[in-house]
Amino acid sequence: MLRYANPKKFLDLSGALLPWLWIAAIGLMGWGLYQALFTVPPDYQQGDSVRIMYVHVPSAWMASFIYGFMFIASVVGLVWKHPLADTAAKEAAPIGAAFTAVCLITGALWGKPTWGTYWIWDARLTSVLVLFFLYLGYMGVWAAIEERAKAAKAAAILCVVGVINIPIIRFSVEWWDTLHQGPSVVRFEDGKFAPSIDGSMLWPLLIVAVGCTLLFFALLFVRMRTDIAQRRIRTLMAQKAAS
Amino acid sequence: MTGGVQVTGEGLSCRRGDRLLFAGLSFSAPAGSLTAVTGPNGSGKTSLIRMIAGLLKPEAGTLRVSGAGAGDEAAADLLHYLGHHDALKSQMTARENLTFAARWFGVSGDPGMALERLGLKRQADLPVGYFSAGQRKRTALARCWMLGRPLWLLDEPTAALDADGRALVLDLIAAHAAAGGTVIAATHDPLGKDAAEIAVA
Amino acid sequence: MSAFLALIGRDLRLSFRIGGGPFLGLGFFLTVAGLLPLGIGAKLDLLGEVAAGFLWVAAALAALLSLDRLFQADAEDGTLDQLALGPLPLEAAVLAKSIAHWLTTGLPLTLAAPVLALMLNMPEQGYGALALSLLIGSPVFSLTGAIGAALTAGLRRGGLLLSLLVLPLFVPAVVFGAGAVSAAIGGFDTSAAFLFLGAFSMFALVLGPVAGAAALRIHLS
Repeated sequence: MLRYANPKKFLDLSGALLPWLWIAAIGLMGWGLYQALFTVPPDYQQGDSVRIMYVHVPSAWMASFIYGFMFIASVVGLVWKHPLADTAAKEAAPIGAAFTAVCLITGALWGKPTWGTYWIWDARLTSVLVLFFLYLGYMGVWAAIEERAKAAKAAAILCVVGVINIPIIRFSVEWWDTLHQGPSVVRFEDGKFAPSIDGSMLWPLLIVAVGCTLLFFALLFVRMRTDIAQRRIRTLMAQKAAS
Repeated sequence: MTGGVQVTGEGLSCRRGDRLLFAGLSFSAPAGSLTAVTGPNGSGKTSLIRMIAGLLKPEAGTLRVSGAGAGDEAAADLLHYLGHHDALKSQMTARENLTFAARWFGVSGDPGMALERLGLKRQADLPVGYFSAGQRKRTALARCWMLGRPLWLLDEPTAALDADGRALVLDLIAAHAAAGGTVIAATHDPLGKDAAEIAVA
Repeated sequence: MSAFLALIGRDLRLSFRIGGGPFLGLGFFLTVAGLLPLGIGAKLDLLGEVAAGFLWVAAALAALLSLDRLFQADAEDGTLDQLALGPLPLEAAVLAKSIAHWLTTGLPLTLAAPVLALMLNMPEQGYGALALSLLIGSPVFSLTGAIGAALTAGLRRGGLLLSLLVLPLFVPAVVFGAGAVSAAIGGFDTSAAFLFLGAFSMFALVLGPVAGAAALRIHLS
């Protein structure tokens, strides 16, 4: 009994969209990064090191965006039990974790020339670190539970609990930050180290961000298609073993 | 015991993981009846029992326990589920295990009398960890008997028991049915000549 | 109510018979408190500065020690089915087990904390805040820890994953709790910290049983 539903519509749609997604993603990111590296003037305070911002900030946005995406997918999976929703959440997680890691690493690389230290326990970076652990925990739950339906539900619950908890964590760490403000700590607004963002600096940022979003969807579709194919293979093998 | 309990199922299907275990299963177990659920290992006997208990949702079909849906609170109050694992704590004595069950389910039962009924009078105050598999089974059945629910859902009630133990259990089950209770048991052993059968596979 | 108390009592009894009850957590607490001075050198000033935060972290770790067993045994021996089928909702069962867990980890630690603070040379102004913050905040570890324990119940080596899962949930408690003590030592107003800590505890009181029961139901089917 090959009950396994073939999500044909998704496969057709994603297959048609993928080439365009790749082209647009790579094109936009390339253009944005080219501007970031060559066209944008160096910052009057930080010099050329501000260029890391064009990788750091979009990856920070993606880290949050993807978690929000996973949250919606988890809720859809829990409430409406759409099988693709669970797959979408599952396959989005490693991409989100990767963007978060990029954010942390570029943040550290940016920190060294700016504050003189690779890491600083401020509200923003600490929250991103906790978000990274959330991603890892989520992926861990999927990996640890063998039965797919159970893993999907457990991971979905974890994702929902995490989303409720993220603003609390942000708030608590910001509060802690203000408690421990010493005169030597550099203050910066909302994670962007430039005191104000000029238009010429903003556009490349947005271009890279949109490019990253398209890249996410491209990667997501590839991962989901791979997952669907893997499950089909497993079903076929199980059938073969039973016959 | 309050009025008898009837269990009816229609068009039930069960899926575990990717496998469809059974489909289109229908049955009726009226009050005072004994029903054996039979089938090879892995065919879904345990799953069906768990469905009636409300622990597992059927993929399709309806299941009713005396008018209430299986899984509702009203249904849960009418049944006792004795699963494959006996839900006994090895570090607690048989008596302590039963006392906890009485308090948890809000029933005023006498653990001592129940254990005696199942032939465990001398072992009542020993930790269950020292019991043999058969003794553990009988302790679990003593608990079931003590709680006095009308519907008994049993998974392999005679497994690990010797001939005497089996006779004791079959006797217990028959008495319960004769008094108006309903018994549905997944089993490889015949339950008695009056037992109806649900063949899962 | 009797059923609720019966479950707490049963878990307490089992905790004594299996895991040494509150003494395991206490022993852990003592061990780490004894190791800290050896680890960082017995500089009294430094010890005093880190004592509050360190004791809070130690409380979190002590809770973690026994969290992975919270639902493990019940999932393995079929008790979970019986808990789900009882007249109390599963959320109440999770709450009862969390309370029992706190009684054997958080509460003994709260009582022992002033003594350990003395060993670690914490300034006197912080003692009251330490005891109060642990009293209000340590239940968070048992309540939110139950969510992680429920998600990983029945898994081999679930303990590793459990620590990762509960870390984000522990953060606000540790931040506000240690922050309260820090403020008290510095002579600042502690009311904000205690209010936030209390609010988060209330939040955990609801989230823990609800999410924990939802996670347990996954393992039932």
